[in-house]
Amino acid sequence: MTIFINLAGLILMALVVWWFWLSHRKSTAQATTQEATIIVEDGVYSPASIRARAGQSLTLHFDRRDPSPCAEQVIFQGLDTSEFLETDSITTLTLNNLPQGKYRFTCQMQMYQGTLFVE
Amino acid sequence: MPTQTRTQTLPISGATCQGCSRTITSALEQVSGVERVTVDLQAQQVAVTGSASRNALQKALVQAGYGADMNDSGHEHDDHNDDNGTASEPASQAAQSIQLNISGATCASCVRTIESALRGTPGVHGADMNFADRTAQVTGTASTNALIKAVEDAGYGASEARDDDNDEQEAKERAHYRQLLRHMWLGLGLGVPLMAWGLLGGDMMVRPGEISQWVWLGIGIATLAVLATAGRHFFVGAWKAFRNHNANMDTLIALGTGAAWLYSMVVVLLPGALPEAARHVYFEASAMIIGLINLGQALEVRARGKTSAAVKRLLDLGAKTARVIRDGPNQEKVEQDIPVEQVQNGDTLRVRPGEKIAVDGTVKEGESRIDESMLTGEPMPVNKAPGDTVSAGTLNEGGTLLYTATAVGKDTALSRIVALVKKAQGSKPPIGRLADQVSAIFVPTIMLIAIAAALVWFNVGPEPRLTHMLISATTVLIIACPCALGLATPMSVMVGVGKAAEYGILIRQGEALQTSSQLDTIVLDKTGTITEGKPAVTDILCAEGQQENTILALAASLESGSEHPLATAIVNEGKERGLSLDDATQFQALNGKGVIATINGKTYRLGNRRWLESEGVTINLDSTPLTDKGTTPLFLSEQKNLLAIIGVADRIKDDSKAAIARLKAQGLKVIMITGDIAASANAIAEQAGVDDVMAEVLPEDKAKKVAALQKEGRTVAMVGDGINDAPALAQADVGFAIGTGTDVAIESAAITLMGGSLHGVADAMAISSATVRNIKQNLFGAFVYNSLGVPVAAGILYPLTGSLLSPVIAGAAMSLSSVTVVTNANRLRFFKPKHNQETSA
Repeated sequence: MTIFINLAGLILMALVVWWFWLSHRKSTAQATTQEATIIVEDGVYSPASIRARAGQSLTLHFDRRDPSPCAEQVIFQGLDTSEFLETDSITTLTLNNLPQGKYRFTCQMQMYQGTLFVE
Repeated sequence: MPTQTRTQTLPISGATCQGCSRTITSALEQVSGVERVTVDLQAQQVAVTGSASRNALQKALVQAGYGADMNDSGHEHDDHNDDNGTASEPASQAAQSIQLNISGATCASCVRTIESALRGTPGVHGADMNFADRTAQVTGTASTNALIKAVEDAGYGASEARDDDNDEQEAKERAHYRQLLRHMWLGLGLGVPLMAWGLLGGDMMVRPGEISQWVWLGIGIATLAVLATAGRHFFVGAWKAFRNHNANMDTLIALGTGAAWLYSMVVVLLPGALPEAARHVYFEASAMIIGLINLGQALEVRARGKTSAAVKRLLDLGAKTARVIRDGPNQEKVEQDIPVEQVQNGDTLRVRPGEKIAVDGTVKEGESRIDESMLTGEPMPVNKAPGDTVSAGTLNEGGTLLYTATAVGKDTALSRIVALVKKAQGSKPPIGRLADQVSAIFVPTIMLIAIAAALVWFNVGPEPRLTHMLISATTVLIIACPCALGLATPMSVMVGVGKAAEYGILIRQGEALQTSSQLDTIVLDKTGTITEGKPAVTDILCAEGQQENTILALAASLESGSEHPLATAIVNEGKERGLSLDDATQFQALNGKGVIATINGKTYRLGNRRWLESEGVTINLDSTPLTDKGTTPLFLSEQKNLLAIIGVADRIKDDSKAAIARLKAQGLKVIMITGDIAASANAIAEQAGVDDVMAEVLPEDKAKKVAALQKEGRTVAMVGDGINDAPALAQADVGFAIGTGTDVAIESAAITLMGGSLHGVADAMAISSATVRNIKQNLFGAFVYNSLGVPVAAGILYPLTGSLLSPVIAGAAMSLSSVTVVTNANRLRFFKPKHNQETSA
């Protein structure tokens, strides 16, 4: 029993590490796009992964459905861009001339998390 | 009547994509007689070739939902069947844009129905509904009431939307706040009696076969109901995040409360599977935690509302209506109050005393004083005359002005300031990066610690081990607060940047906040920064028997034909003193010398010493006192007689000296940089009280001078006008563009001071330091809370205290920690730079 519980605990820890850190996040945006709508609800951006082409502009429509203050702002790290999102509204954000790279976009507290791949 | 083939062009509206294009083509091709259809999305029109009547085409377009207005100029008007109702609309009625709030729309097909209903209303040029925010934008000449009726007839509700986005957001925030409180009562309503029962000695253990087992089962189901209602958003959020390989605060709460409930249900349903000492239920913990965290979030919503107070105040500055003067039906001028959103560029507007300027514009008629303090931080009202610019949101204190709109809507300076402040509020100074890195891995790390703590208790802890495992893991999950860590920096930046905006200081990046608090050297451009930037008459030294005003009138008359800055200074001074000028004839401007002209038959010269001496004028007045203080002397003569010396100088701003003293008192080395010759630069430097002077520096070399200071290991700020000094501003660690008024398009500077006073630099530095201090306090608090709270929750103090921290206490601590961070950030709202306290005293 002791071994079983310890083993279960260790497996659980390994699963946490694997699931949250090591496994690749599923890209819900299959193809590159220059325009997308992202739903901000229940602590998650949907889709949480966006692929775009470098050197072009990307238009993102954030549809904020979560009234909690956590969702009120989206910050693109490394792009010096942020935007306040109004509740029950679509806020459009245009990112121009994107440099190649991987950029995280999050809420202020980084509980909402998304990734922008510019290829 | 024989039919004939022709091409007609009809306007369309609401067509935005190729899908729309196909729908329109298909709809029109079904009309009898249509041969070819070409849709031009860009021009919003469709060309139809064939013999179909215009009326039939119009009907098909309306049915397809892209209704066009026949009143709009189609190329063909030979169709006698054209009886569209809009033709009867009065031609003089101006097209306007009306926004409606729509209710009752639940799906995309409702949108189509509502748009069709609106487009079918006579006078409507176009109607588009935004399903997300349930609003419809209608353009045309139809009245609001007609539009509302059309929507109501279609089975939905409508009301005119006013410019109250802010109020609407606040209403939503209030609704969210009330919902959180309802959830809190649900959680505490069940949790508090249960906890009181336990504290008062009630039995929290499940005894198999006894009635209490059934009672606990009922309570377990009630707890499940609380989790499914008041705690639903945590579980939904946790699940969605999990599917995305993310973990957030919801994950911790859902895991903590879920584990406590699940364990308790196992105890209730299968008590025999657990040792007797471990048959304790924790339903009260689940319910209490849900209640307390909802309470914490409600308090946070309240506190957060205040952090964006500065932006709200800026938004409130905007006028709701504007008095516009337009042509009436008989070409007469008609004044009417219209919503500010309907003002268009080029409109003439009237602003009366006590009213706000509605949009940016140029004064056309009238003179007045405008209070611009809300934008620039400058307390003194500014005089405005024809040709001057006015900014939306500023207050007209004096007379009536007529002005022409030059920027409306999002293009006004006020809107751009709001956008800039909002953007800066989202940026982070480097000090917050560690917290960001920790936040990014925080939740999974806490999950690992919780599992590890449970395993430690299982392996080396005392009995009841299962209970200890559950309590330690749950408490670790609940007490850990990523919010405090994540909010520490952004909340302070939000309040700090907003505070700066109140003082007319626009901070572009969070990084500038931090660097401004670490500066040791400040380089001030002379012209326009320390000085007014425009020469003015400072002294008039008259020869014996000459009157100052007579001399000035003479000099102004001489110079009235010249465009030289020194000439402008003399003419302006003459005008300010109300002197009447004589006509000058035979005027000549001699480059590098001065001017010569004849007034009332006499020839006068006004120019530099060398020229007048070469003309044989005896200089018998001493100009040394003027040159000593950096003033340019201009010599006035009639024939060979010297009449006076007029001193012209770019005056030091009234408060430059005090502001420089304030900067020095903050421990900064203050350096003046200028292209002036050393003697004149030193004279100004002495008056201003700077530590050092860099004279005879070409504009393009200013950046090199800044770089040289940086090489010495100094952290340098550069203060300049933002245009000529752009390279130096960009080179400096922090660039301040000063005296930009409401021109906020200066991107070379990290900080833009809309006012012209150097006190703005000191204020900006004081606010930056206070903000960075606040961030440090928040970060310290958040790190300490988590690094003490988590080990205590894991049971590190058990050997000393003999007990574990209750998950309920952990829930209370967690919900209070983020409120504390937000509240501490809010303290910055009351910060006042010292200068203002001194001046108000």
